[in-house]
Amino acid sequence: MVLFLLLFLAPLGYAAYLSLFRERLIGGTAFVGLDNYAQALSDPQFLHGVGRVALFFVVQVPVMLLLALAFALALDSGLLRLARVIRLGVFVPYAVPSVVAALMWGYLYGPDFGPFAQLGRELSLPVPDFLSDGWMLGSLANIVTWEFVGYNMIILYAALRTVPEELYEAAAVDGAGAWRIAWSIKLPALRPALMLTLLFSVIGSFQLFNEPKLLMNIAPDVISSSYTANLYAYTLAFTGQQVNYAATVSFLLGLVIVIASYAVLLTANRRRTS
Amino acid sequence: MPQNTSTSMSGPSPMSRRLFLGTTGALSLGAALTACGGSDSADSAGSGKPVARADIDKAMKTPTELTFWTWVPNIDKEVALFEKRYPAVKVKVVNAGQGTPQYTKLRTALKAGSGAPDLVQIEYQAIPTFTITNSLLDLRPYGATALKSTFVDWTWSQISGSDGEIWAIPQDTGPMGMLYRQDIFDRHGIDVPGTWDEFAAAARKLHKADPDVLLTNLAANQVAAWHGLLWQAGAKPYVTSGKSDIAISVDDAVSRKLGAYWGGLAKEGVIGVEPDFTDSWYAALNKGKYATWITAAWGPVFLSGSAKATAGKWRAAPLPQWDAAEPSSGNWGGSTTAVIRSTKNPVAAAVFAQFLNTDPASAKMFATEQFFFPATDALLKDTEFVSDAPSFYGGQKVNQVFADISSTVNSSFQWPPFLDQAATDWTETVGKSLADRTDTVRALGSWQSRLTSYAKNQGFTVKGS
Repeated sequence: MVLFLLLFLAPLGYAAYLSLFRERLIGGTAFVGLDNYAQALSDPQFLHGVGRVALFFVVQVPVMLLLALAFALALDSGLLRLARVIRLGVFVPYAVPSVVAALMWGYLYGPDFGPFAQLGRELSLPVPDFLSDGWMLGSLANIVTWEFVGYNMIILYAALRTVPEELYEAAAVDGAGAWRIAWSIKLPALRPALMLTLLFSVIGSFQLFNEPKLLMNIAPDVISSSYTANLYAYTLAFTGQQVNYAATVSFLLGLVIVIASYAVLLTANRRRTS
Repeated sequence: MPQNTSTSMSGPSPMSRRLFLGTTGALSLGAALTACGGSDSADSAGSGKPVARADIDKAMKTPTELTFWTWVPNIDKEVALFEKRYPAVKVKVVNAGQGTPQYTKLRTALKAGSGAPDLVQIEYQAIPTFTITNSLLDLRPYGATALKSTFVDWTWSQISGSDGEIWAIPQDTGPMGMLYRQDIFDRHGIDVPGTWDEFAAAARKLHKADPDVLLTNLAANQVAAWHGLLWQAGAKPYVTSGKSDIAISVDDAVSRKLGAYWGGLAKEGVIGVEPDFTDSWYAALNKGKYATWITAAWGPVFLSGSAKATAGKWRAAPLPQWDAAEPSSGNWGGSTTAVIRSTKNPVAAAVFAQFLNTDPASAKMFATEQFFFPATDALLKDTEFVSDAPSFYGGQKVNQVFADISSTVNSSFQWPPFLDQAATDWTETVGKSLADRTDTVRALGSWQSRLTSYAKNQGFTVKGS
């Protein structure tokens, strides 16, 4: 309980406290009540940032979870050759720090000397500019997917391993094939694990930071300092020295995440009961 | 920053030993002569009165440990010289990151009220962002006034406050010049441009002759280069008076001239606009995509380390000029040593900051070991330094070129007390217009209005504009 208070509630309370003030370079600190919140709720940079990560979530997460599910089911089916190698291979990107991953992909995306661009030139194929306005969100989604498919796969795969063998045997006796088993036994068994990966993904998406922050170095004109809500909070605190407003934005972002998580849980539960 | 290996200097020569003694003498004299003044009050450390020689001597013999945040590689060698001279004082060197990351940590420590070092390495442009928060110690009482003539004029105005405070001691500088590919120029019959008009004509000519090669790259993420070019053109984008008054004019006639010029070349597609210091940019330099690099005095050593494939093909020249009759240049980079006001050992810290950058042996070591471009007049005239003729530049005396440029750097340029914000706003307005090849002059207006509203929000009185 003490730990919970110290590590969780205290920083949260402090952030909430900070968000009620406004410190300026000239004139010092003043209590401003909820002014910062009013400002944030009509701040286009904050709202665009939240909108962008919401879009990111809607597109990237289903792709990533479907891939993870496909890998988990394939591995669990035992029909795959080199299962160990594949399992490790899919998981390894998760072990690569996201900073390194973003740097590596940034290099691969390079429009002049990046391998994709060079290959495209060799083969006279048009290669899109992955770092341009139109492609950037997709390029980021690709990096995040690459990083986290393995992680989610392991969670789903572990859940599959807990399904009792008898169920499969009974299904086989009833004449069910591999697809039927996957659909009627494995997927229902995976529901709690899928829920978990989905929640992690909500939080991860809305907190998107490392990847855009690093790609910002190579595409500064595409990724602005408020590209994602989290990046915006960071910029406010460390570039603009607006610590109080940064606390406000972080607090609101936390609120958005709580609401989004709750909405996801609610939809999933409703679907199950209906 | 420069970090490759090359010839290293042996110990101090008799000559520098003599200079060394001279400087320490001047130091004590300065301490005795410094008139009192300055606006510091409250804390005893910055009372403005000159500290007596006897007190300095006493402090330097008292066992003390100083913490010094710096990102200079192998600075232990210079520190060792100091510790040899003042055995009672130990200096703990900490690398807290380079540039912005270090400033961020410093700001956090200052706010927290503990964990701040006694001294920090700080770039010229960052000084006002720390003086506005009252974080630096005025070094006048410790004899810094006497050092004025030691340094290149314009560096001294960079570290001086509006009431004559001395906020830091210059360490190295980055007067701007142009590195160019002699082979590419020869191949296409291009003369080294002396004016920006000639430069623009050369850009068009080169692009027509070979679309794969561009005359230069003006990085859309590099506000420091833009500031340097503004500096050269004589702009005064930020003029502060008093503590809370600032005139922001990043959209004045001089800025618009630059905006129209560079924005125009970018729009025509005859120059590159890719972000610098990235993999792609390094590859471009190595593969000859750019025929020049508009850079600073630290550029030659940096380039010879990162574009090895092009050794022997580069040469150095001054920046093209707006007015060839009155050559001028700007500065990009370089740093100083400052004492943090909260230090418990102001005397030892102040003496260290001065020794590190003015002791001839130590100053020379920065030039020969770390390849820093000097801030002291003596080194800029040191024959050993200026006659260095690296083969990467075909035996050209590159240091001499930049030493000559250093004397043409405009000394009236000022930085705003919120440089990070100015940089971010530049990248998202002016930089973006270059990258997108849209209207740069109009983008200057957005930069101006974003900065103005930020400054007002922070409580400044914004004048003019």
